[in-house]
Amino acid sequence: MFENLSFLSLQQYWWFLIAVLGALLVFLLFVQGGQTLIYKLGKTEIERTMLVNSLGRKWEITFTTLVTFGGAFFASFPLFYSTSFGGAYWVWMAILFAFILQAVSYEYRTKANNFLGTKTYETFLFINGAVGSILLGVAVATFFTGSQFSVDKMNLVDLTSGNMPIISAWKNPWHGLEAVWTTKNLAFMLNLALGLAVFFLARVLALLYFMNNINNEVIIQRAKICLKRNAVIFLIFFLFFVIRLMFIDGFAYHADTKEVYMQAHKYFNNLTEMPLVLIIFLTGVVGVLYGIFINLFKNSNKGIWFSGAGTILTVLALFFLAGYNNTSYYPSTFDLQSSLTIENSSSSQYTLTVMSYVSLMIPFVAAYIWWAWKSMDKVSISETEMEEDDHAY
Amino acid sequence: MQQIDFSLVDWSRAQFALTAMYHWIFVPLTLGLSFILAIMESIYVKTGNPEWKKITKFWMNLFGINFAIGVATGIILEFEFGTNWSNYSWFVGDIFGAPLAIEGIMAFFMESTFIAIMFFGWNKVSKKAHLTATWLTAIGSNLSGLWILVANSWMQNPVGMAFNPDTARNEMHNFSDVLFNPVAMNKFLHTITSGYLLAAIFVVGVSSWFLLKKREEQFAMKSIIVASLFGILAAVYTIFSGDESARVVAKHQPMKFAAMEALYDGQQNAPLVAVGFFGSPSPEQPNQQQFALKFEIPNMLSYLAFLDANAFVPGIRDLVHGNEERGIISYKEKIAKGKVAIDALAAYKNAKKAKNEQEAADALKVFKENFNYFGYGYYFGKDPHMLVPNVKISFYAFHTMVILGGFFLVLLIYIYFLARNNKLQDKRWLLWTALWTIPLVYLAQQAGWVVAEVGRQPWVIQDLMPNIAAVSQIDTYSVQITFFLFLLVFTALLIAEIKIMLTTVRKGPEITENSTKK
Ligand code: HDD
Ligand code: HEM
Ligand code: HEM
Repeated sequence: MFENLSFLSLQQYWWFLIAVLGALLVFLLFVQGGQTLIYKLGKTEIERTMLVNSLGRKWEITFTTLVTFGGAFFASFPLFYSTSFGGAYWVWMAILFAFILQAVSYEYRTKANNFLGTKTYETFLFINGAVGSILLGVAVATFFTGSQFSVDKMNLVDLTSGNMPIISAWKNPWHGLEAVWTTKNLAFMLNLALGLAVFFLARVLALLYFMNNINNEVIIQRAKICLKRNAVIFLIFFLFFVIRLMFIDGFAYHADTKEVYMQAHKYFNNLTEMPLVLIIFLTGVVGVLYGIFINLFKNSNKGIWFSGAGTILTVLALFFLAGYNNTSYYPSTFDLQSSLTIENSSSSQYTLTVMSYVSLMIPFVAAYIWWAWKSMDKVSISETEMEEDDHAY
Repeated sequence: MQQIDFSLVDWSRAQFALTAMYHWIFVPLTLGLSFILAIMESIYVKTGNPEWKKITKFWMNLFGINFAIGVATGIILEFEFGTNWSNYSWFVGDIFGAPLAIEGIMAFFMESTFIAIMFFGWNKVSKKAHLTATWLTAIGSNLSGLWILVANSWMQNPVGMAFNPDTARNEMHNFSDVLFNPVAMNKFLHTITSGYLLAAIFVVGVSSWFLLKKREEQFAMKSIIVASLFGILAAVYTIFSGDESARVVAKHQPMKFAAMEALYDGQQNAPLVAVGFFGSPSPEQPNQQQFALKFEIPNMLSYLAFLDANAFVPGIRDLVHGNEERGIISYKEKIAKGKVAIDALAAYKNAKKAKNEQEAADALKVFKENFNYFGYGYYFGKDPHMLVPNVKISFYAFHTMVILGGFFLVLLIYIYFLARNNKLQDKRWLLWTALWTIPLVYLAQQAGWVVAEVGRQPWVIQDLMPNIAAVSQIDTYSVQITFFLFLLVFTALLIAEIKIMLTTVRKGPEITENSTKK
């Protein structure tokens, strides 16, 4: 069946899957958000143990989603993989180091003779929570603000100049870190705003998740107070990002010549030209707000489901804005024509077809994750539960 | 853009090697121990004997400690293809990316979902569901191995693809060729069985320590019987598949094979150097390693490589300088052809730009005729000896692995029979040997990868892409910084891991059991 799709449809399908993985990843970043709240919400050892264990049963899923997001991007849009990872070296390395620290911290935190001490592992969790979510947000923001790189496939066959045969080259020595201080078009503001919005969203989601997952009045009360503050800060950064995004010029390309050019209000136009995306976006935002609302004012603990689904829809819409409707999703501000689009950076039609068959497994995978999650959460986290579990972190 | 920077290439290689070798400290134990756990838990479910639950839980604790750091080291490798080998990621992403993505979708999710049930689900799901989760964790971890090894094997023997001159990259044409690559099949079998072997010796060694301390003898004996039997099967398979791997190498990567055996002059009835030590090279031939001491088995190498004692095994000199009689063309010629291919591709691109179809078609024809040597072109004007891998490292690593492989088999058989007849407790020297064999299996594992990877240098993709054309353009000092950061972080975590492991072992299974209230 995928054989009958055009190359372009396959590219669009894969951008859709990337968007889905990205959206799930942002939702699952509640684990990261929660890691920055352990001391805020947990004042005693047992309270912290409950918080850590509540996250500790989910962190692998977030981690694996990140890994799969990377793998799927590599398989479907390898030119992005080589340009962004090889170029924005320091940003990606910082993200990676943050995730190395996370992977061992849960398991080693309370183990006897753990060399670095419980406090260190808790600090690792905090670093991962903050650095991981902020930088991932900044990295996604560059989908709209652009980076300085050039791409020239001819370099591979240029032996005469004695230069290195490198296809993608980053054009400044900061290798990605410049995203937080590039003043041209005030890019840094947009980049930082999304980074911080993701960070505070992750905390909001974490608070909603704790209220649902942990059976302890003290923690729930503290989470409620915390939720108000974090929700407000999140909204400030998020609204700033969205409003500014609607006004900036965007990176468009001609459907037939593939030439990239700047278009005024490109992202706003994308919303009006793709009304479905607008609907997804608005539904998403409403979902996020509704989830927060019912937990704060309706004494509910189901907010995580609404805000979670809302997050997924909102991020999906952002990815659609960045990649569909003849938009360059990874623009170059150094050389406009080097910008990456879903058409010029993808794998071959054959590979995308094969991979599309593999993608049919995704619903099946989602189903067993759902089942596992449900059967593990039958009993919510409580003090007795912690004392009984012999693998508690 | 700067001149070709060999220090950048070397630091990038060093960083990849460092992180890969760290990953490989933890992975084989995961591969093997997950199955040993599944077997032990099956015995528990079948017999209902709580003793077996206690045994399973003890080893599961050690599994968890090891697993966490395996995950931490794995994520780095995946992203390093992009960060440090960016050209490579474009040139072959079409083929190489797919297995990585499949690995994520198929294997890692299976592993990480069911591992949560395995650790936390004892009292939450039924006995059967728990056992299923344990088996699925084992299968998931072994599937992770499959896909990444398919990818690695494709680099050793690129098949199932064609070069697309318009996009300047290799594109996949046949997925099943990539999957059923003969190199991949052998590599997968050899690698996972060697992981089982490692885990078996790990369990036997740790249990021997309990016997030496006269603690938990019941538990230790039971563990030893399961693990040593599992280990014997694994060792036999490892040796068979290793032998087959060597034949595959001889066929597809003759230079690697020659380096593994330090064979300079090709010959018929080539003898196998069973044990050898190098001296210093003679001044006349600085490019050639000399044995100071060696024991040979006549005809054996020819037989090992081609199942025929009379077969001709090409040596390093034949491959570099060519051997007309045997139809081997020299590296000089290959480099010349490679240069022709690269130039023809450039000409093709220029003709296309100028919309000169005839010229483009001609250039394409020349390109296709010479494409098989494409990668050699990057060595134009350089010494062909740069294309010879490090012979000393390849030889020592290969022989260490093979000799240890034989030793493990003998050791496990001996231990199994003594354990069956309840005579193991008295043989203290044997128990000590078993304990001290644990580091040796790790050594054999690392040696195996060194053979596979050092032996194929300087190719990232055999004959098509050398490492100088694969690397990302980053300042050398940036790579140096991340190299030392990785070294620091991974070493600290490794120390933590070992300390936690030792403490957990010392506490023993009794403690683990006592903390279970139900
Ligand atoms: C416990 C570990 C262990 C043991 C005892 C052995 N091996 Fe091994 N070997 C590995 C662990 C390993 C490995 C780490 O798993 C490698 C690295 C890459 C691979 O495919 O497997 C490997 C690679 C490897 C290669 C290179 C394959 C390639 O370059 O693609 C050859 C030729 C052999 N092995 C041959 C043998 C033989 C003849 C053995 C006979 C006893 C043997 N190995 C025992
Ligand atoms: C896990 C065990 C592995 C070990 C111990 C290992 C070891 C090494 C070593 C020592 C090098 C440097 C070789 C040299 O000295 O020049 C290297 C390079 C490399 N290996 Fe491996 N490797 C492993 C797995 C893999 C796998 C599974 C892949 C691919 C899927 C891979 C791909 C590469 C690449 C791309 C390089 C860099 C380019 C090069 O120098 O050839 N390695 N590895
Ligand atoms: C360069 C090559 C490799 C890459 C890029 C890579 C990538 C990864 C990643 C990203 C993870 C973490 C997965 C998670 O989120 O749970 C991981 C873990 C794992 N990998 Fe690798 N891997 C490589 C080599 C290998 C090899 C050669 C094998 C086995 C034959 C292997 C087997 C495993 C296993 C069993 C795990 C589970 C965690 C553990 O180690 O205990 N990997 N790998």
